[in-house]
Amino acid sequence: MTEPRVSVRNLNFYYGNNQALFDNNIDITTNRVTAIIGPSGCGKSTHLRVYNRIFELYRNQRATGEVFIDGKNILAPNIDIIELRRKVGMIFQKPTPFPMSVFDNVAYGLKLHYKLSKSKLAESVENALRQAALWDEVKDILNKPGTALSGGQQQRLCIARAIAVKPEVLLMDEPTSAVDPIATAKIEELVERLKSQYTIVIVTHNMQQAARISDFTAFFYQGYIVEFGPTKKIFTNPDKKQTEEYITGRFG
Amino acid sequence: MKKHSLLRRKIIDGVIKILSGMAALSGIAALAWILFVVLKKGLGAINWDFFTQLPVPPGMEGGGLANAILGTFLMIALAILLGVPTGFLAGIYLSEFGQNNKFGEIIRFSTNVIMGVPSIIVGLFVYTLMVVPMGHFSGYAGAVSLAIIMLPVMARTTEDMLTLVPNELRESALALGAPRWKVTLNIVSRAAKKGLITGSMLAIARVSGETAPLLFTALNSPYWAKSLNQPTGNLTVTIFNYAMSPYHNWQKMAWGASFLIMMGVLFITLAARGVLRERVK
Amino acid sequence: MRNMESRSSQINADKIFRWTAAFDSALILILIVGILIQLIIGSNLSLKKFGVGFLFSNAWNPVTGNFGAASSIFGTLVSTFIAMVIALPLSLAIALFLVELAPPWISNPVGSAIELLAAIPSIIYGMWGLFVFAPFMANTIQPFIGIHLGFLPFFKGPPMGIGMLTAGLILALMILPFISAVMRDVFQMVPAVVKESAFGMGATIWEVTSHVTVRYGMRGLVGATFLGLARAIGETMAVTFVIGNNHSISASLFEPGNSIASTLANEFTEASDPLYLSSLIELGLVLFIITLAIQIIAQLWMRRFNKEMGRSL
Repeated sequence: MTEPRVSVRNLNFYYGNNQALFDNNIDITTNRVTAIIGPSGCGKSTHLRVYNRIFELYRNQRATGEVFIDGKNILAPNIDIIELRRKVGMIFQKPTPFPMSVFDNVAYGLKLHYKLSKSKLAESVENALRQAALWDEVKDILNKPGTALSGGQQQRLCIARAIAVKPEVLLMDEPTSAVDPIATAKIEELVERLKSQYTIVIVTHNMQQAARISDFTAFFYQGYIVEFGPTKKIFTNPDKKQTEEYITGRFG
Repeated sequence: MKKHSLLRRKIIDGVIKILSGMAALSGIAALAWILFVVLKKGLGAINWDFFTQLPVPPGMEGGGLANAILGTFLMIALAILLGVPTGFLAGIYLSEFGQNNKFGEIIRFSTNVIMGVPSIIVGLFVYTLMVVPMGHFSGYAGAVSLAIIMLPVMARTTEDMLTLVPNELRESALALGAPRWKVTLNIVSRAAKKGLITGSMLAIARVSGETAPLLFTALNSPYWAKSLNQPTGNLTVTIFNYAMSPYHNWQKMAWGASFLIMMGVLFITLAARGVLRERVK
Repeated sequence: MRNMESRSSQINADKIFRWTAAFDSALILILIVGILIQLIIGSNLSLKKFGVGFLFSNAWNPVTGNFGAASSIFGTLVSTFIAMVIALPLSLAIALFLVELAPPWISNPVGSAIELLAAIPSIIYGMWGLFVFAPFMANTIQPFIGIHLGFLPFFKGPPMGIGMLTAGLILALMILPFISAVMRDVFQMVPAVVKESAFGMGATIWEVTSHVTVRYGMRGLVGATFLGLARAIGETMAVTFVIGNNHSISASLFEPGNSIASTLANEFTEASDPLYLSSLIELGLVLFIITLAIQIIAQLWMRRFNKEMGRSL
């Protein structure tokens, strides 16, 4: 059994005076896909956004507890946030290409963190785009603005951008909900292939998607982790009644 | 039930419609009148000498306003250097850091308030701040007063444009490990580029036509500006001085200068609006 | 692989960035306070010599060193009043025209043209006013008014063109685009459903406007008035060209006068005597305080209006 890549202990989260996450404990297994499911507003995204401390952009949001990545508690004050965010990449619900060319989009993170020669840079960009299954579609339009791509392509561009800096963990916050079904299929395929290199945590409100692509699933409800385990078990023989009711669509 | 006369209501409605149309028309008519007058009288005064010669003593014919044109350019350029980056950063604070705090609220309020302060007061302020201690009028003081006028306008337009950029873009850049300042300057500002350029152009247009703040800072001068550390010739104060004088030649010059100023301001304004329209498309 | 302990240089860069930005924004408040302080210091001499009486004294004698703000304040108030009386109904009418009456192919160019009026620099209005409009007033309008309304004290005296009335009219033209733009926004902010329910009951456009739209947006319209008022009071160049530069208080609008701003513009560079200078700066202080007060009231008012309309600032 491999060492968990991410270990969450006693995580509580607050929006101002409102508590949104209650005593979350979970281990994310290396090189596997872990899905986080649950009804709207149950804290799935909130939980995910702790892993790279992106919530710190907002003044009234705070987290208590510990989140260990590679043995270090990343919620501690003396952590290098820049390096954390290189190690832990994030894909958002809405594709967010930067206002620059396709090439520059992918190169942006690389230029932030690494000193690369021009040729090395081009090579890394191509690798990332290939990994994201986008190279063939954009290799002739690398200089076009990222915003000129279709929605599904933009999302894969964001994935390429994120994996270009060689992260260890990939966080995906409902990555296909704003994208058409064909693009969704492509991205799901991508996730399958990427997991051998990265540890992926994906928040999704689409249960079928979770069942399709994840190895482990966590069911959240009102800020609590109700149940966590291998996806097969969660979807066919869950321990908790609440889990079963959600899976079978009795609420949500 | 007794009904109001439908005819009466319709007549009132019709009259109001006509009056409103006339009001709009009168506004357009005034605009046309002013443009026409400035064009006619101004073009009559513009010639090659106007751009190349120095002013002649009162009562004499000929001469030009070359030094004033240069002086205006120099002071506006310096004002841009002082006011645009400062205003840009102030707007960045308001948009990126000052959204939910008391300080941001106060500054936002202050920005609105200071934009309503008459520009002659700004000139008076810079007079007491710079002209008096330095012991003389200067183009520097003129540029500073123009920059002070530009500052809140730039801050407001920067804030407006940057807050339009969705938060997801900021988050994506942060999530990649970019530091805040890079996110703001590289990504967010770039996303708002067109709006920021438009805003700057409108601020520059506004400041280019100002006279009052230069009256007691840069004053005026009939000589070339060898340095900005002395009274500096400029178009707007020249218009003021020449127009109020009894000399026909000077009055003609004033029209020429008015023409230049108005064309410059309108050109920049329309160009800025053109950029804006292009963005909206 | 780099470890994840703090990287101080990045944190410092961000700190510097934030503090510089904060300072630049603080400059705006610092400026307002600074202007107030400098003007008070500069008025020291005349504040000491004349006290509160400065505001009510009609004197203005550089030779004897006796100065009073009354005629300048009077001129500012009267020219502004004339401007508001004319500009408000016109702005309302224009806003109504652009929002409710005109189809887009008319309202867009016309709206843009009106906005262009706002872009014209003040000194251009001054030139036009002095050389074209004032003679027009002297030759055409004023005699006309003199014949029909000359019995009123407001219209006595020779039709000079230059004077309070002309200044007020040009001022009206200058604040017109500004007020109508704000009123336009107010009209557009009234939710369509509110207007539609009135139309649905068979009301005419004017009735919907006066009963519903204006009432709904009354607060915003008042705010627009305040903003226009602040503009008019501080307007310098256009007024200076046509108001006549005469320190006198007169009931007739045909007479010349001056405003605070025009006094400053005309006399500041001539003033050599410290008391003279100080009195002029005190005039500036008066203008600054008036403008500040109106601006603050207008902003607070508009803030409440925008909250009512559900729009966040």
